[in-house]
Amino acid sequence: MDLNHFDAASAGGTVPSTAKILISGGFGVGKTTLVGAISEIRPLRTEEPLSDRSVGVDDTRGVGAKTTTTVAMDFGRISFPSDLVLYLFGTPGQERFWFMWDDLAIGAVGAVVLADTRRVADCFASIDYFERNGMPFVIAVNCFDSAPRFEPDDIRIALSLPPEVPIVLCDARERDSVKKVLVSLVRYVMNNNSRRNQISIA
Amino acid sequence: MTTNDGHGDRWFDREAGPVVRPYAVTKGRTLPSGGASFGLIDVVIATNERPSAPFRPGPEHRQILNLCRRPTPIVDLTSEIDLPLGVVRVLLGDLTSEGMLRVLSTQKQPVTDQRLLRMVLDGLESL
Repeated sequence: MDLNHFDAASAGGTVPSTAKILISGGFGVGKTTLVGAISEIRPLRTEEPLSDRSVGVDDTRGVGAKTTTTVAMDFGRISFPSDLVLYLFGTPGQERFWFMWDDLAIGAVGAVVLADTRRVADCFASIDYFERNGMPFVIAVNCFDSAPRFEPDDIRIALSLPPEVPIVLCDARERDSVKKVLVSLVRYVMNNNSRRNQISIA
Repeated sequence: MTTNDGHGDRWFDREAGPVVRPYAVTKGRTLPSGGASFGLIDVVIATNERPSAPFRPGPEHRQILNLCRRPTPIVDLTSEIDLPLGVVRVLLGDLTSEGMLRVLSTQKQPVTDQRLLRMVLDGLESL
């Protein structure tokens, strides 16, 4: 981060430090729910009713009663007493909004890829995107009530993930659970950075 | 706007959408002048500088300057004013090239600032 403090004092406000984390995953996996569980603001979003026009585009099999989807920017905010503001950005769930991803990804600490064990393949696109762009990510398995439970190791095999990528089981509705997911991501990014530094020193 | 009288599905006020199309505000421009780029969580502030003679700030420019009297992240600014992010970016480009607004912090990729990461971690753990 590149802070320039010179006219902040005269403006009567300190310059907040800002950071962002992306929340990604397949359609209907609970990204908006996760953001809402921990954000201090109601997530800014446009949930459009799913119409029969989106049949074949928005696959709702296994998603039950989902009748709306996020079509615009979906973000939440957490401000801390240290003048830090952390933003959570949900990536658009539908592939036709992929053009927005690069914009959302620039300067992000990392990403949470939400997965649903009933539709594991839905998060492949997110994983591909972050691997290709060198963006660190963790997998958060959203444990839906009706979904079968699997061990993280089985999920790792199903997603063909390298051993270092953390896999966390979570409930996207629960604030404490979401907090654990975000903490595991930030720890992972910090460890990655210090490992990289050690390699460059050695 | 629909005019389906008697069926109760007419749109009024905000429901009816903007009176002026969003990119009319930027006179059709879709990219900020001078190749400037503004990240979603970049922080900007109004400088109180006067614009050069040919530049006449529009109401939307003035609205942005008003909201940016304190250091303000662009994403918060965008959610305050009812304009698409792309439009806000063009207007921000006008204001920075006139020196009326400056960018105080920007984010780079990847985030390797351990101090910032430590702040995020400490903050999350204290929730």
